[in-house]
Amino acid sequence: MLKSLSIALLTGGMLAMASSAYAANACSTGKTLTDGTLTIATGNPAYYPWVIDDKPEAGKGFEAAVAYALAAKMGFDKGAVKWTRTSFDEAIQPGAKDFDFNMQQFSITEDRDKVVDFSAPYYSSAMAVLVLMKSIEDGLKPELSALKDLKWGAVATTTALPAVMGLIKPASDPLLYDDTANVAEAMKANQIDAALFDLPTALYLSAVVVDGGALLGQFPADRTDKPDQFGAILAEGNPLKECVDAALAEMKADGSLAKIEAEWLQEATGVPLIK
Amino acid sequence: MLALVILVPMAPGWSRVKDSFFNWEIFVRTTPRLLEAFLLDVAIFAWSAPLIAVIGLLIALCRGVRSPSLFPLRMFGAAYVDIFRGVPVILVIYLIGFGIPGLGLPRPWNSPYIWGTVALVLTYSAYVAEILRSGIESIHPSQRSAAICLGLSERDAMRYVILPQAIRRVVPANMNMFIALQKDVALLSVIGPVEILRQAGVFKSLLANFTPYVAAAAIFLALTIPATRYADYLMNRQRNVRS
Repeated sequence: MLKSLSIALLTGGMLAMASSAYAANACSTGKTLTDGTLTIATGNPAYYPWVIDDKPEAGKGFEAAVAYALAAKMGFDKGAVKWTRTSFDEAIQPGAKDFDFNMQQFSITEDRDKVVDFSAPYYSSAMAVLVLMKSIEDGLKPELSALKDLKWGAVATTTALPAVMGLIKPASDPLLYDDTANVAEAMKANQIDAALFDLPTALYLSAVVVDGGALLGQFPADRTDKPDQFGAILAEGNPLKECVDAALAEMKADGSLAKIEAEWLQEATGVPLIK
Repeated sequence: MLALVILVPMAPGWSRVKDSFFNWEIFVRTTPRLLEAFLLDVAIFAWSAPLIAVIGLLIALCRGVRSPSLFPLRMFGAAYVDIFRGVPVILVIYLIGFGIPGLGLPRPWNSPYIWGTVALVLTYSAYVAEILRSGIESIHPSQRSAAICLGLSERDAMRYVILPQAIRRVVPANMNMFIALQKDVALLSVIGPVEILRQAGVFKSLLANFTPYVAAAAIFLALTIPATRYADYLMNRQRNVRS
Protein backbone atom coordinates (compact mmCIF):
# COMPACT_ATOMS: atom_id res chain seq x y z
CA MET A 1 0.00 0.00 0.00
CA LEU A 2 2.67 2.41 1.13
CA LYS A 3 4.84 1.37 -1.75
CA SER A 4 2.17 1.94 -4.38
CA LEU A 5 1.43 5.35 -2.86
CA SER A 6 5.06 6.37 -3.08
CA ILE A 7 5.16 5.20 -6.68
CA ALA A 8 2.08 7.25 -7.44
CA LEU A 9 3.67 10.28 -5.80
CA LEU A 10 6.86 9.71 -7.72
CA THR A 11 5.13 9.42 -11.07
CA GLY A 12 3.01 12.43 -10.24
CA GLY A 13 6.15 14.39 -9.42
CA MET A 14 7.86 13.29 -12.59
CA LEU A 15 4.83 14.25 -14.63
CA ALA A 16 4.81 17.69 -13.03
CA MET A 17 8.50 18.08 -13.80
CA ALA A 18 8.01 16.87 -17.32
CA SER A 19 5.21 19.29 -17.99
CA SER A 20 7.31 22.25 -16.83
CA ALA A 21 10.42 21.14 -18.70
CA TYR A 22 8.58 20.36 -21.93
CA ALA A 23 6.44 23.41 -22.37
CA ALA A 24 7.14 23.18 -26.11
CA ASN A 25 4.65 21.59 -28.50
CA ALA A 26 5.18 18.16 -29.96
CA CYS A 27 7.27 19.32 -32.90
CA SER A 28 9.93 21.27 -31.05
CA THR A 29 10.23 19.02 -27.98
CA GLY A 30 13.84 18.05 -27.40
CA LYS A 31 15.09 19.90 -30.48
CA THR A 32 16.15 23.13 -28.78
CA LEU A 33 19.57 23.79 -27.22
CA THR A 34 18.06 23.74 -23.73
CA ASP A 35 14.87 21.75 -23.17
CA GLY A 36 11.95 24.04 -22.53
CA THR A 37 13.80 27.18 -23.61
CA LEU A 38 14.00 28.72 -27.07
CA THR A 39 17.27 30.58 -27.63
CA ILE A 40 16.98 33.28 -30.29
CA ALA A 41 19.91 35.37 -31.53
CA THR A 42 19.87 38.87 -32.93
CA GLY A 43 22.48 41.45 -33.93
CA ASN A 44 24.66 43.39 -31.56
CA PRO A 45 23.38 46.05 -31.51
CA ALA A 46 19.99 45.32 -33.07
CA TYR A 47 18.51 48.24 -34.98
CA TYR A 48 15.17 50.02 -35.33
CA PRO A 49 12.71 49.08 -36.84
CA TRP A 50 13.70 45.42 -36.41
CA VAL A 51 14.24 45.70 -32.67
CA ILE A 52 13.23 48.87 -30.85
CA ASP A 53 15.81 50.37 -28.47
CA ASP A 54 18.08 47.31 -28.80
CA LYS A 55 15.81 45.48 -26.32
CA PRO A 56 14.45 42.34 -28.02
CA GLU A 57 13.08 41.14 -24.64
CA ALA A 58 10.42 43.84 -24.90
CA GLY A 59 8.98 42.24 -28.05
CA LYS A 60 8.89 45.60 -29.81
CA GLY A 61 10.10 45.98 -33.37
CA PHE A 62 9.37 43.72 -36.33
CA GLU A 63 11.83 40.91 -35.69
CA ALA A 64 11.31 40.88 -31.93
CA ALA A 65 7.55 40.70 -32.43
CA VAL A 66 7.85 37.94 -35.05
CA ALA A 67 10.21 36.03 -32.76
CA TYR A 68 7.73 36.04 -29.88
CA ALA A 69 4.81 35.16 -32.15
CA LEU A 70 6.85 32.28 -33.61
CA ALA A 71 7.77 31.11 -30.12
CA ALA A 72 4.12 31.17 -29.08
CA LYS A 73 3.13 29.07 -32.11
CA MET A 74 5.90 26.62 -31.25
CA GLY A 75 4.67 26.32 -27.68
CA PHE A 76 7.10 28.57 -25.82
CA ASP A 77 5.58 31.31 -23.69
CA LYS A 78 7.29 34.66 -23.25
CA GLY A 79 9.29 33.51 -20.22
CA ALA A 80 10.72 30.53 -22.10
CA VAL A 81 12.42 32.69 -24.74
CA LYS A 82 16.08 33.50 -24.16
CA TRP A 83 17.92 36.11 -26.27
CA THR A 84 21.55 36.04 -27.28
CA ARG A 85 23.68 38.16 -29.64
CA THR A 86 25.90 37.17 -32.54
CA SER A 87 27.79 38.88 -35.32
CA PHE A 88 27.17 38.02 -38.97
CA ASP A 89 30.36 35.94 -39.13
CA GLU A 90 29.48 33.94 -36.03
CA ALA A 91 26.14 33.07 -37.55
CA ILE A 92 27.55 31.62 -40.78
CA GLN A 93 30.75 29.99 -39.56
CA PRO A 94 30.82 26.20 -39.53
CA GLY A 95 30.30 24.26 -36.30
CA ALA A 96 27.91 24.25 -33.38
CA LYS A 97 25.74 27.32 -32.73
CA ASP A 98 24.78 28.85 -29.41
CA PHE A 99 21.30 29.76 -30.67
CA ASP A 100 18.26 27.83 -31.90
CA PHE A 101 17.65 30.36 -34.62
CA ASN A 102 19.07 33.74 -35.54
CA MET A 103 17.07 36.69 -36.84
CA GLN A 104 19.00 39.72 -38.07
CA GLN A 105 17.72 40.46 -41.57
CA PHE A 106 19.61 37.60 -43.21
CA SER A 107 18.82 37.61 -46.91
CA ILE A 108 18.27 34.10 -48.16
CA THR A 109 20.80 33.15 -50.87
CA GLU A 110 21.61 29.84 -52.44
CA ASP A 111 25.28 30.01 -51.55
CA ARG A 112 24.62 30.83 -47.92
CA ASP A 113 22.11 27.99 -47.82
CA LYS A 114 24.93 25.52 -48.47
CA VAL A 115 26.53 26.37 -45.12
CA VAL A 116 23.58 27.05 -42.84
CA ASP A 117 19.84 26.35 -42.92
CA PHE A 118 17.31 29.09 -43.56
CA SER A 119 13.76 29.10 -42.30
CA ALA A 120 10.99 30.03 -44.72
CA PRO A 121 11.11 33.79 -45.41
CA TYR A 122 9.36 35.98 -42.83
CA TYR A 123 9.73 39.18 -44.85
CA SER A 124 10.23 40.19 -48.50
CA SER A 125 11.64 43.63 -48.91
CA ALA A 126 11.71 46.20 -51.64
CA MET A 127 15.01 48.01 -52.22
CA ALA A 128 15.09 51.78 -51.77
CA VAL A 129 17.64 54.40 -52.80
CA LEU A 130 18.94 56.75 -50.13
CA VAL A 131 20.35 60.09 -51.31
CA LEU A 132 20.89 63.55 -49.87
CA MET A 133 17.95 65.95 -50.07
CA LYS A 134 20.38 68.32 -51.82
CA SER A 135 20.66 65.96 -54.83
CA ILE A 136 16.87 65.85 -55.24
CA GLU A 137 16.72 69.63 -55.02
CA ASP A 138 19.42 69.77 -57.70
CA GLY A 139 17.06 67.92 -60.02
CA LEU A 140 17.92 64.24 -59.55
CA LYS A 141 14.97 62.20 -60.85
CA PRO A 142 14.01 58.67 -59.82
CA GLU A 143 14.94 57.24 -63.23
CA LEU A 144 17.29 54.36 -63.86
CA SER A 145 19.36 56.30 -66.41
CA ALA A 146 20.04 59.08 -63.89
CA LEU A 147 21.28 56.59 -61.29
CA LYS A 148 24.17 55.29 -63.42
CA ASP A 149 26.31 58.39 -63.03
CA LEU A 150 26.03 58.56 -59.24
CA LYS A 151 28.80 57.43 -56.92
CA TRP A 152 27.31 54.43 -55.10
CA GLY A 153 27.99 53.06 -51.65
CA ALA A 154 26.78 49.85 -50.01
CA VAL A 155 27.32 47.62 -47.03
CA ALA A 156 29.78 44.95 -48.16
CA THR A 157 28.11 42.04 -46.38
CA THR A 158 24.61 42.54 -47.80
CA THR A 159 22.97 41.56 -51.08
CA ALA A 160 22.57 45.29 -51.84
CA LEU A 161 25.92 45.14 -53.64
CA PRO A 162 24.89 42.57 -56.28
CA ALA A 163 21.63 44.51 -56.62
CA VAL A 164 23.52 47.73 -57.38
CA MET A 165 25.79 45.97 -59.87
CA GLY A 166 22.96 44.05 -61.55
CA LEU A 167 20.15 46.61 -61.53
CA ILE A 168 21.91 49.94 -61.88
CA LYS A 169 25.32 49.07 -63.37
CA PRO A 170 26.97 52.32 -62.15
CA ALA A 171 29.68 53.97 -64.23
CA SER A 172 32.25 53.98 -61.39
CA ASP A 173 32.94 51.21 -58.88
CA PRO A 174 30.89 51.51 -55.67
CA LEU A 175 32.59 52.14 -52.34
CA LEU A 176 31.93 49.49 -49.69
CA TYR A 177 31.59 49.74 -45.92
CA ASP A 178 31.30 47.53 -42.87
CA ASP A 179 27.87 48.64 -41.69
CA THR A 180 25.05 51.07 -42.33
CA ALA A 181 26.51 53.62 -39.90
CA ASN A 182 29.66 53.92 -42.03
CA VAL A 183 27.66 54.24 -45.25
CA ALA A 184 25.68 57.04 -43.61
CA GLU A 185 28.92 58.71 -42.50
CA ALA A 186 30.34 58.54 -46.04
CA MET A 187 27.13 60.07 -47.39
CA LYS A 188 27.31 62.90 -44.87
CA ALA A 189 30.93 63.47 -45.94
CA ASN A 190 29.69 63.64 -49.55
CA GLN A 191 31.98 60.78 -50.56
CA ILE A 192 29.04 58.89 -52.05
CA ASP A 193 25.85 60.15 -53.71
CA ALA A 194 23.53 57.23 -53.22
CA ALA A 195 23.20 53.95 -51.39
CA LEU A 196 20.85 51.02 -51.76
CA PHE A 197 19.15 49.51 -48.71
CA ASP A 198 16.09 47.46 -48.01
CA LEU A 199 13.16 49.81 -47.56
CA PRO A 200 12.81 49.72 -43.74
CA THR A 201 16.53 50.37 -43.21
CA ALA A 202 16.49 53.20 -45.76
CA LEU A 203 13.49 54.79 -44.02
CA TYR A 204 15.24 54.65 -40.69
CA LEU A 205 18.51 56.06 -42.07
CA SER A 206 16.85 58.96 -43.86
CA ALA A 207 14.73 59.85 -40.82
CA VAL A 208 17.22 59.41 -38.00
CA VAL A 209 20.83 58.95 -39.06
CA VAL A 210 21.59 61.02 -42.17
CA ASP A 211 20.90 64.71 -41.73
CA GLY A 212 19.26 65.94 -44.91
CA GLY A 213 18.83 62.40 -46.16
CA ALA A 214 15.89 61.46 -48.37
CA LEU A 215 14.55 58.46 -50.24
CA LEU A 216 14.83 58.99 -53.99
CA GLY A 217 12.64 56.02 -54.80
CA GLN A 218 12.16 52.31 -54.53
CA PHE A 219 12.46 49.43 -56.95
CA PRO A 220 9.15 47.63 -57.48
CA ALA A 221 9.20 43.98 -56.50
CA ASP A 222 8.95 42.79 -60.14
CA ARG A 223 11.88 45.03 -61.11
CA THR A 224 14.13 43.44 -58.55
CA ASP A 225 15.37 40.18 -59.99
CA LYS A 226 14.66 38.30 -56.81
CA PRO A 227 13.23 40.47 -54.07
CA ASP A 228 15.33 40.22 -50.94
CA GLN A 229 13.78 37.72 -48.56
CA PHE A 230 14.73 37.53 -44.93
CA GLY A 231 14.91 34.16 -43.18
CA ALA A 232 16.04 33.02 -39.78
CA ILE A 233 19.36 31.13 -39.74
CA LEU A 234 19.62 27.71 -38.13
CA ALA A 235 22.64 25.44 -37.87
CA GLU A 236 22.95 23.19 -40.96
CA GLY A 237 20.62 20.20 -40.54
CA ASN A 238 18.91 21.50 -37.40
CA PRO A 239 15.70 19.46 -36.97
CA LEU A 240 13.98 22.51 -35.48
CA LYS A 241 13.71 23.98 -39.00
CA GLU A 242 10.48 22.15 -39.81
CA CYS A 243 8.89 23.48 -36.60
CA VAL A 244 9.90 27.08 -37.41
CA ASP A 245 8.63 26.68 -40.97
CA ALA A 246 5.33 25.19 -39.78
CA ALA A 247 4.84 28.03 -37.30
CA LEU A 248 5.65 30.61 -40.01
CA ALA A 249 3.21 28.98 -42.45
CA GLU A 250 0.54 29.12 -39.75
CA MET A 251 1.27 32.82 -39.12
CA LYS A 252 1.06 33.58 -42.84
CA ALA A 253 -2.22 31.68 -43.15
CA ASP A 254 -3.96 33.34 -40.21
CA GLY A 255 -2.68 36.80 -41.18
CA SER A 256 -0.80 37.45 -37.97
CA LEU A 257 2.53 37.88 -39.79
CA ALA A 258 1.01 40.51 -42.08
CA LYS A 259 -0.43 42.24 -39.04
CA ILE A 260 2.97 42.42 -37.35
CA GLU A 261 4.50 43.73 -40.56
CA ALA A 262 1.84 46.43 -40.82
CA GLU A 263 2.36 47.38 -37.20
CA TRP A 264 6.15 47.68 -37.23
CA LEU A 265 7.03 48.29 -40.91
CA GLN A 266 4.16 50.52 -41.96
CA GLU A 267 3.50 51.06 -45.60
CA ALA A 268 6.20 53.42 -46.76
CA THR A 269 4.12 56.19 -48.18
CA GLY A 270 5.56 58.81 -50.45
CA VAL A 271 8.50 56.84 -51.82
CA PRO A 272 8.07 56.86 -55.63
CA LEU A 273 8.79 53.91 -57.86
CA ILE A 274 11.95 54.14 -59.97
CA LYS A 275 11.19 54.16 -63.69
CA MET B 1 54.04 19.61 -38.88
CA LEU B 2 53.41 16.00 -39.89
CA ALA B 3 51.22 15.55 -36.82
CA LEU B 4 49.25 18.62 -37.87
CA VAL B 5 48.72 17.29 -41.38
CA ILE B 6 47.61 13.91 -40.07
CA LEU B 7 45.66 14.90 -36.94
CA VAL B 8 43.67 17.90 -38.18
CA PRO B 9 41.78 15.95 -40.89
CA MET B 10 40.86 13.40 -38.20
CA ALA B 11 38.88 16.03 -36.28
CA PRO B 12 35.13 15.44 -36.60
CA GLY B 13 34.44 18.88 -38.10
CA TRP B 14 37.25 18.76 -40.68
CA SER B 15 35.10 18.14 -43.74
CA ARG B 16 32.95 21.16 -42.88
CA VAL B 17 35.98 23.35 -42.14
CA LYS B 18 37.58 22.17 -45.37
CA ASP B 19 34.47 23.15 -47.30
CA SER B 20 34.35 26.56 -45.65
CA PHE B 21 38.02 27.52 -45.74
CA PHE B 22 39.77 25.44 -48.42
CA ASN B 23 37.24 25.15 -51.19
CA TRP B 24 39.25 24.81 -54.40
CA GLU B 25 36.38 25.69 -56.73
CA ILE B 26 35.75 28.97 -54.89
CA PHE B 27 39.49 29.63 -54.68
CA VAL B 28 39.77 29.46 -58.48
CA ARG B 29 36.62 31.52 -58.95
CA THR B 30 37.62 34.40 -56.67
CA THR B 31 41.40 34.70 -57.03
CA PRO B 32 41.48 36.71 -60.31
CA ARG B 33 39.22 39.42 -58.87
CA LEU B 34 41.21 39.39 -55.59
CA LEU B 35 44.46 39.92 -57.50
CA GLU B 36 42.88 42.89 -59.26
CA ALA B 37 41.83 44.35 -55.89
CA PHE B 38 45.34 43.71 -54.58
CA LEU B 39 46.72 46.16 -57.16
CA LEU B 40 44.94 48.89 -55.20
CA ASP B 41 46.82 47.84 -52.04
CA VAL B 42 50.09 47.94 -53.93
CA ALA B 43 49.29 51.38 -55.35
CA ILE B 44 48.39 52.84 -51.93
CA PHE B 45 51.54 51.28 -50.50
CA ALA B 46 53.66 52.66 -53.32
CA TRP B 47 52.58 56.27 -52.83
CA SER B 48 52.51 56.09 -49.02
CA ALA B 49 55.99 54.66 -48.49
CA PRO B 50 58.04 57.60 -49.84
CA LEU B 51 55.83 60.11 -47.99
CA ILE B 52 56.36 58.16 -44.77
CA ALA B 53 60.13 58.13 -45.29
CA VAL B 54 60.29 61.90 -45.84
CA ILE B 55 57.94 62.92 -43.02
CA GLY B 56 59.47 60.38 -40.63
CA LEU B 57 62.90 61.85 -41.27
CA LEU B 58 61.65 65.42 -40.74
CA ILE B 59 60.02 64.46 -37.42
CA ALA B 60 63.17 62.62 -36.31
CA LEU B 61 65.22 65.75 -37.08
CA CYS B 62 62.70 67.90 -35.18
CA ARG B 63 63.10 65.73 -32.15
CA GLY B 64 66.88 65.93 -32.40
CA VAL B 65 67.39 69.71 -32.60
CA ARG B 66 69.68 71.08 -29.89
CA SER B 67 69.39 74.83 -30.17
CA PRO B 68 67.26 76.25 -27.32
CA SER B 69 65.58 78.69 -29.71
CA LEU B 70 64.16 75.72 -31.65
CA PHE B 71 62.62 74.19 -28.54
CA PRO B 72 59.05 74.47 -30.00
CA LEU B 73 60.15 72.23 -32.85
CA ARG B 74 61.29 69.60 -30.37
CA MET B 75 58.01 69.91 -28.49
CA PHE B 76 56.13 69.44 -31.76
CA GLY B 77 58.14 66.36 -32.66
CA ALA B 78 57.56 64.77 -29.26
CA ALA B 79 53.83 65.55 -29.28
CA TYR B 80 53.45 64.21 -32.83
CA VAL B 81 55.11 60.92 -31.98
CA ASP B 82 53.20 60.57 -28.71
CA ILE B 83 49.85 61.10 -30.38
CA PHE B 84 50.18 59.14 -33.60
CA ARG B 85 52.15 56.27 -32.11
CA GLY B 86 49.67 56.00 -29.26
CA VAL B 87 46.41 55.88 -31.24
CA PRO B 88 45.44 52.65 -33.07
CA VAL B 89 45.80 52.99 -36.86
CA ILE B 90 42.17 52.11 -37.47
CA LEU B 91 40.97 54.97 -35.25
CA VAL B 92 43.18 57.45 -37.08
CA ILE B 93 41.79 56.13 -40.37
CA TYR B 94 38.19 56.56 -39.16
CA LEU B 95 38.79 60.02 -37.69
CA ILE B 96 40.68 61.41 -40.67
CA GLY B 97 38.95 59.38 -43.39
CA PHE B 98 35.43 60.42 -42.39
CA GLY B 99 36.13 63.47 -40.23
CA ILE B 100 38.07 65.73 -42.58
CA PRO B 101 35.90 65.11 -45.68
CA GLY B 102 32.92 65.71 -43.38
CA LEU B 103 34.07 69.31 -42.98
CA GLY B 104 32.60 69.95 -46.42
CA LEU B 105 35.49 69.57 -48.85
CA PRO B 106 34.40 69.49 -52.51
CA ARG B 107 35.12 66.52 -54.71
CA PRO B 108 37.64 65.14 -55.52
CA TRP B 109 39.38 66.54 -52.42
CA ASN B 110 37.19 64.51 -50.05
CA SER B 111 38.26 61.20 -51.59
CA PRO B 112 38.75 58.38 -49.10
CA TYR B 113 41.93 57.45 -50.98
CA ILE B 114 43.53 60.81 -50.15
CA TRP B 115 42.53 60.97 -46.50
CA GLY B 116 43.07 57.28 -45.89
CA THR B 117 46.60 57.71 -47.20
CA VAL B 118 47.07 60.76 -44.94
CA ALA B 119 46.02 58.68 -41.94
CA LEU B 120 48.45 55.89 -42.79
CA VAL B 121 51.29 58.35 -43.42
CA LEU B 122 50.68 60.18 -40.13
CA THR B 123 50.75 56.98 -38.09
CA TYR B 124 53.62 55.26 -39.82
CA SER B 125 55.85 58.33 -39.97
CA ALA B 126 55.62 58.51 -36.16
CA TYR B 127 57.01 54.96 -35.91
CA VAL B 128 59.63 55.56 -38.59
CA ALA B 129 60.67 58.83 -36.87
CA GLU B 130 61.40 56.95 -33.67
CA ILE B 131 63.41 54.33 -35.53
CA LEU B 132 65.43 57.01 -37.32
CA ARG B 133 65.98 58.89 -34.06
CA SER B 134 67.35 55.76 -32.41
CA GLY B 135 69.66 55.43 -35.42
CA ILE B 136 70.84 59.04 -35.10
CA GLU B 137 71.44 58.64 -31.37
CA SER B 138 73.39 55.45 -31.93
CA ILE B 139 76.11 57.44 -33.75
CA HIS B 140 78.71 58.37 -31.15
CA PRO B 141 78.70 62.12 -30.29
CA SER B 142 82.43 62.24 -30.95
CA GLN B 143 81.69 61.94 -34.66
CA ARG B 144 79.63 65.11 -34.57
CA SER B 145 82.33 66.87 -32.56
CA ALA B 146 85.00 65.73 -34.99
CA ALA B 147 82.99 66.90 -37.99
CA ILE B 148 82.48 70.33 -36.42
CA CYS B 149 86.19 70.54 -35.58
CA LEU B 150 86.92 69.92 -39.24
CA GLY B 151 84.90 73.02 -40.03
CA LEU B 152 81.57 71.48 -41.07
CA SER B 153 78.50 73.39 -40.04
CA GLU B 154 76.06 71.72 -37.66
CA ARG B 155 73.80 71.08 -40.64
CA ASP B 156 76.46 69.58 -42.86
CA ALA B 157 77.67 67.37 -40.00
CA MET B 158 74.16 65.94 -39.78
CA ARG B 159 73.76 65.70 -43.55
CA TYR B 160 77.12 64.21 -44.54
CA VAL B 161 78.40 62.47 -41.41
CA ILE B 162 75.64 61.35 -39.10
CA LEU B 163 72.59 60.62 -41.29
CA PRO B 164 74.35 58.35 -43.83
CA GLN B 165 75.53 56.09 -41.04
CA ALA B 166 72.31 56.35 -38.99
CA ILE B 167 69.99 55.49 -41.85
CA ARG B 168 72.10 52.51 -42.88
CA ARG B 169 72.02 51.22 -39.34
CA VAL B 170 68.19 51.21 -39.11
CA VAL B 171 67.42 49.80 -42.56
CA PRO B 172 66.41 46.38 -41.18
CA ALA B 173 64.09 47.95 -38.58
CA ASN B 174 62.52 50.08 -41.28
CA MET B 175 62.05 47.05 -43.51
CA ASN B 176 59.98 45.64 -40.67
CA MET B 177 57.79 48.74 -40.69
CA PHE B 178 57.34 48.48 -44.44
CA ILE B 179 56.17 44.90 -44.19
CA ALA B 180 53.69 45.97 -41.51
CA LEU B 181 52.55 48.81 -43.78
CA GLN B 182 51.87 46.40 -46.64
CA LYS B 183 49.33 44.68 -44.41
CA ASP B 184 47.88 47.77 -42.77
CA VAL B 185 47.00 49.25 -46.16
CA ALA B 186 44.09 46.80 -46.02
CA LEU B 187 42.64 48.80 -43.10
CA LEU B 188 41.71 51.59 -45.53
CA SER B 189 38.82 49.38 -46.60
CA VAL B 190 36.82 50.59 -43.56
CA ILE B 191 36.35 53.99 -45.21
CA GLY B 192 35.24 52.70 -48.59
CA PRO B 193 37.99 51.61 -51.02
CA VAL B 194 37.42 48.07 -52.26
CA GLU B 195 40.87 46.57 -51.80
CA ILE B 196 41.70 42.90 -51.40
CA LEU B 197 40.48 42.40 -47.83
CA ARG B 198 37.13 44.06 -48.60
CA GLN B 199 36.77 42.15 -51.86
CA ALA B 200 37.42 38.93 -49.96
CA GLY B 201 34.79 40.01 -47.41
CA VAL B 202 32.29 40.62 -50.21
CA PHE B 203 32.93 37.15 -51.60
CA LYS B 204 32.69 35.71 -48.09
CA SER B 205 29.24 37.10 -47.52
CA LEU B 206 27.96 36.34 -51.02
CA LEU B 207 29.19 32.76 -50.98
CA ALA B 208 29.00 32.18 -47.20
CA ASN B 209 32.49 30.76 -47.47
CA PHE B 210 35.80 31.83 -45.94
CA THR B 211 38.03 30.52 -48.75
CA PRO B 212 38.48 34.03 -50.28
CA TYR B 213 40.16 35.08 -47.02
CA VAL B 214 42.59 32.18 -47.36
CA ALA B 215 43.23 33.23 -50.97
CA ALA B 216 43.84 36.83 -49.84
CA ALA B 217 46.25 35.59 -47.17
CA ALA B 218 48.15 33.63 -49.83
CA ILE B 219 48.40 36.73 -52.03
CA PHE B 220 49.70 38.81 -49.10
CA LEU B 221 52.28 36.15 -48.29
CA ALA B 222 53.49 36.16 -51.88
CA LEU B 223 54.54 39.77 -51.31
CA THR B 224 55.54 39.82 -47.64
CA ILE B 225 57.65 36.65 -47.58
CA PRO B 226 60.17 37.91 -50.15
CA ALA B 227 60.23 41.25 -48.31
CA THR B 228 60.87 39.49 -44.98
CA ARG B 229 63.65 37.39 -46.51
CA TYR B 230 65.22 40.54 -47.89
CA ALA B 231 65.09 42.18 -44.45
CA ASP B 232 66.75 39.09 -42.97
CA TYR B 233 69.45 39.27 -45.60
CA LEU B 234 70.11 42.93 -44.80
CA MET B 235 70.28 42.18 -41.07
CA ASN B 236 72.71 39.29 -41.61
CA ARG B 237 74.91 41.39 -43.81
CA GLN B 238 75.01 44.12 -41.19
CA ARG B 239 75.93 41.64 -38.47
CA ASN B 240 78.77 40.31 -40.62
CA VAL B 241 80.10 43.79 -41.26
CA ARG B 242 80.09 44.59 -37.53
CA SER B 243 81.79 41.41 -36.36
